[in-house]
Amino acid sequence: MSLDSATVRRIAHLARIHLEEADLPRLQAELNGILGWIEQLNELDVTHVEPLTGPTQMALKMREDVVTDGNIREQILANAPDRAGDYFAVPKVVE
Amino acid sequence: MGYVIEGKTGPWEVVIGLEVHAQVISKAKLFSGAAAHFGSEPNTQVSFLDAAFPGMLPVINRECVAQALRTGLGLNAHINLVSRFDRKNYFYPDLPAGYQISQYQHPIVGHGSIEIELADGTTKSIGITRLHLEQDAGKSLHDQHPTKSYIDLNRAGVALMEIVSEPDLRSPEEAGAYLRKLRSIMRYLGTCDGNMEEGSLRADINVSVRKPGEPFRTRCEVKNVNSIRFVMQAIEAEAKRQVEVWESGGVLEQETRLFDPQRGVTRAMRSKEEAHDYRYFPDPDLLPLVIDEAWLEELRANLPELPDAKKRRFMQQYGLSGYDATLLVGEKATADYFEEVAKGRDAKLCANWMIGELFAALNRTGRGIEQSPVSAQALGELLDLLADGTISGRIAKDVFEIMVETGERPAGIVERKGLRQVTDSGAIAEAVAAVLAAHPKEVAAYKAGKERLFGFFVGQVMKAMAGKANPALVNELLKQRLG
Amino acid sequence: MRLTELSLAEARKRLHRREFSAAELTEAHLEAIAALNPRLNAYITVTEELAKAQAAAADRALARGDAGPLAGIPLAIKDLFCTEGIRTTAGSRILAPFVPPYESTVTAQLKRDGAVFLGKANLDEFAMGSSNMTSAFGPVENPWKRKGDEAARLVPGGSSGGSAAAVAAQLALGATGTDTGGSIRQPAAFCGIAGIKPTYGRCSRWGIVAFASSLDQAGPFARTVEDCAILLRSMAGHDPKDSTSADRPVPDYEAACRRSIKGLKIGIPREYRAPGMPAEIEQLWQRGIAWLKDAGADAQEVSLPHTKYGLATYYIVAPAEASSNLARYDGVRFGMRVESDDLLELYERTRAQGFGPEVKRRILIGTYVLSAGYYEAYYLRAQKVRALILRDFTEAFSRVDVLLTPTAPSAAFEQGAKMDDPVQMYLNDIFTVPASMAGLPAISVPAGLDAQGLPLGLQLIGRPFDEETVFAVASALERAAGFTHLPQIRAGV
Repeated sequence: MSLDSATVRRIAHLARIHLEEADLPRLQAELNGILGWIEQLNELDVTHVEPLTGPTQMALKMREDVVTDGNIREQILANAPDRAGDYFAVPKVVE
Repeated sequence: MGYVIEGKTGPWEVVIGLEVHAQVISKAKLFSGAAAHFGSEPNTQVSFLDAAFPGMLPVINRECVAQALRTGLGLNAHINLVSRFDRKNYFYPDLPAGYQISQYQHPIVGHGSIEIELADGTTKSIGITRLHLEQDAGKSLHDQHPTKSYIDLNRAGVALMEIVSEPDLRSPEEAGAYLRKLRSIMRYLGTCDGNMEEGSLRADINVSVRKPGEPFRTRCEVKNVNSIRFVMQAIEAEAKRQVEVWESGGVLEQETRLFDPQRGVTRAMRSKEEAHDYRYFPDPDLLPLVIDEAWLEELRANLPELPDAKKRRFMQQYGLSGYDATLLVGEKATADYFEEVAKGRDAKLCANWMIGELFAALNRTGRGIEQSPVSAQALGELLDLLADGTISGRIAKDVFEIMVETGERPAGIVERKGLRQVTDSGAIAEAVAAVLAAHPKEVAAYKAGKERLFGFFVGQVMKAMAGKANPALVNELLKQRLG
Repeated sequence: MRLTELSLAEARKRLHRREFSAAELTEAHLEAIAALNPRLNAYITVTEELAKAQAAAADRALARGDAGPLAGIPLAIKDLFCTEGIRTTAGSRILAPFVPPYESTVTAQLKRDGAVFLGKANLDEFAMGSSNMTSAFGPVENPWKRKGDEAARLVPGGSSGGSAAAVAAQLALGATGTDTGGSIRQPAAFCGIAGIKPTYGRCSRWGIVAFASSLDQAGPFARTVEDCAILLRSMAGHDPKDSTSADRPVPDYEAACRRSIKGLKIGIPREYRAPGMPAEIEQLWQRGIAWLKDAGADAQEVSLPHTKYGLATYYIVAPAEASSNLARYDGVRFGMRVESDDLLELYERTRAQGFGPEVKRRILIGTYVLSAGYYEAYYLRAQKVRALILRDFTEAFSRVDVLLTPTAPSAAFEQGAKMDDPVQMYLNDIFTVPASMAGLPAISVPAGLDAQGLPLGLQLIGRPFDEETVFAVASALERAAGFTHLPQIRAGV
């Protein structure tokens, strides 16, 4: 599967990473190189194989419904690049 | 033919599916230990996980799972003993991690159904496609600053149940009935408080239209409708719009729209919504959710009596009509109130008073039954005074109004205002005699055949006795005198 | 003997005998760091005040007699572990200003046991790399030099390059690392030290900056196998805050090092003979087999037919998970931000400038393989191949107890090499990735030098949660190999 530049731009947008036009060809080549190499997995027959999503196939442990967290507003906001009082601030979003 | 939109080319059927997001009642959030209740200062009910700090990991809250299971059981749905969590990836400031933990391919609850009651007395079964658990997002405030939006993450991570109906609804009325029933079931179960105005219940509506007998056509989604009334209005508005598009020879575009209640129309969302590519994949921080069958059975055994079952019991145990029973079981609190009042009393009398006087008073004062100024005991006391003849029916209604206004108990009001029914035949006979003597022309007319005048005499006697005379005695004594 | 030359076990013994103080031990290391770190760049942040305070506390505990198992032991902490109040960068500009308000579970346990934190070790950005060249804080120099080519700067391996270099150059008695596709084992091999990636779920991931959630595992570096065992004992254990954490007790790994390996069956996977693999590595592998046989074990060939697909599988799964895990780095709640009046631009510029090229490549690959229409073809398929890889191992472990392979297909290479073609860099992980995909415990033991005097490592892979057998065989290998070589650049030299 080869990526054209429009696809690379679309993926970059999905990933919210700005791409300089000048960088696009090199990046496209690198990505295609990686994807071409990955294609070898198509050699395998995986019918009837269950996907492994994590080696520990245990069941999820649940926790009790107790409030054990929160009320740490200062710590939550302390690293904010743009803190507006008790809120995080971002450029206004038009809905 | 059921509900249709009359178009230029004939009638169009409306096909509706509802996707409801219901906030789960729990103390803590779905995957974090921060509190799930609201009205708090911004960003105080937020853990590092809710704010998606580096290295934070989700741990699932057992009670949220239980609430989803209870709801699934209440929807007569298939419970998937093994389900899985997936990440739904997209960027938005109120979604700190850049993904929402949801369930995509393997939800916790599968197919189910609920019965809805329509105004004409019929019932209809509406299919439920699935129910799954997912995280709620935070809130963005756009009106606090001219160029910035403010983010509050208190709500981020609260457990939501997304309940998807089959496209079985065919009218705004059915949609309204479905939402009311769904809300009622969840309130009975205590799994969601169903408050649409406060946002603990949100509905997205899928609407399409078709000529009768056709397969489904393109549908549009109307999002963020926050009252049942608006849902019904939005359906009608959107269906009409779609009919117009089709009839003018156009092709309907699948899009997401918003309902404008002021203008009564739907409009396309302002930002051209790109088709989201959510890149769902199983959340690698979580393992499969496996429900122990014994636990499920325990939950099932401890479910409260649900509306449908309660309705059937009310009809059987109390001899109520289907209509009355439906009205009384809509809210569990109302049903409980009824059973309290009906203890050792005439159930039909209780039902009539609740559906008549009590509901009218609650509507008038804008209160729910939990805030009723007249408690179940107080109403019961009033009905006892009526039943044992201490007061007449008319007086009882007056007393009730005073109870609503002052919160006083009925016995006190009756004594204070001297409203005891007069059952002394002597006193009544005197009043009857006086009335007949005062209206000789009417007496003559009555004896000549104008039987309607009997009511007039009754009225006059009652007036003379300030309404306190026992009506049956008045009738009896009047009849005796008039012959 | 210089304090910095001691093994962790030896230093611990002497501390308890009060031959020297924890303060002295820490001071010796801080001096060595001051002298060598400017060159090696193994540490991004040196935490002198913290280390001295911890050393003083350790001395008090030692005097009272209630010292923990790591009291006074100075360690380097890979800058991927969130350390409370101490800058944690993940080797990235996007987290350069981040000071975590919490401590990772693993480092909290090390603190609980009395360890001293010398500083935050350098790493490939977000743990993505095999050379430590992608760090936003500059590359790390491998303290080993090629014979006759002292000028060439070599890589320490990655992603835990700083941790490995610090331990090898005697700037710490041990270090924490993380291993997702080989990021502990490969740098251990390149730097001539020991390093183990435990079974997935053995150590908690809570508080570790996530790269690929289904693969990441914390583990120790040290100069001996026994030292690794001591560190792992403190690092491991169930954590209810991590849903993937295994609820199993932590055995006495130190004691396991002393177990006899007589009668144990060693599997030699034929598919680990990569085409073009240097003859020296093949020979070292053969020597390793011989050593273990001498120690009483049996060796037999096994087959892991899907070995060669491990890398491609890894380079689908890991970037996919990373693309999602790194979405939170958006300039809104922490870290670097590029200001803008437009939200979209804020996201795109922050991430474009905050992430380096390798991280961006992997995020884009990951985004692509998860995107609409490609999920089945790539991600789902990769997870199925992963199941096949695990099946291979499970099958092999029905016949043998542990597997012996080379750790890396080469010795340390020069800084700047293999940077033109990402795939060339990825091939470094060819022997380490399969054990990661299967979640198995795997250790690298320094076994010999190549013709240019650079260290080579051998890898042992064990059954899930059978680190004990891995440590036992690794100790035997270590004894037989007798690797006492030291890098040219080290403390006091």
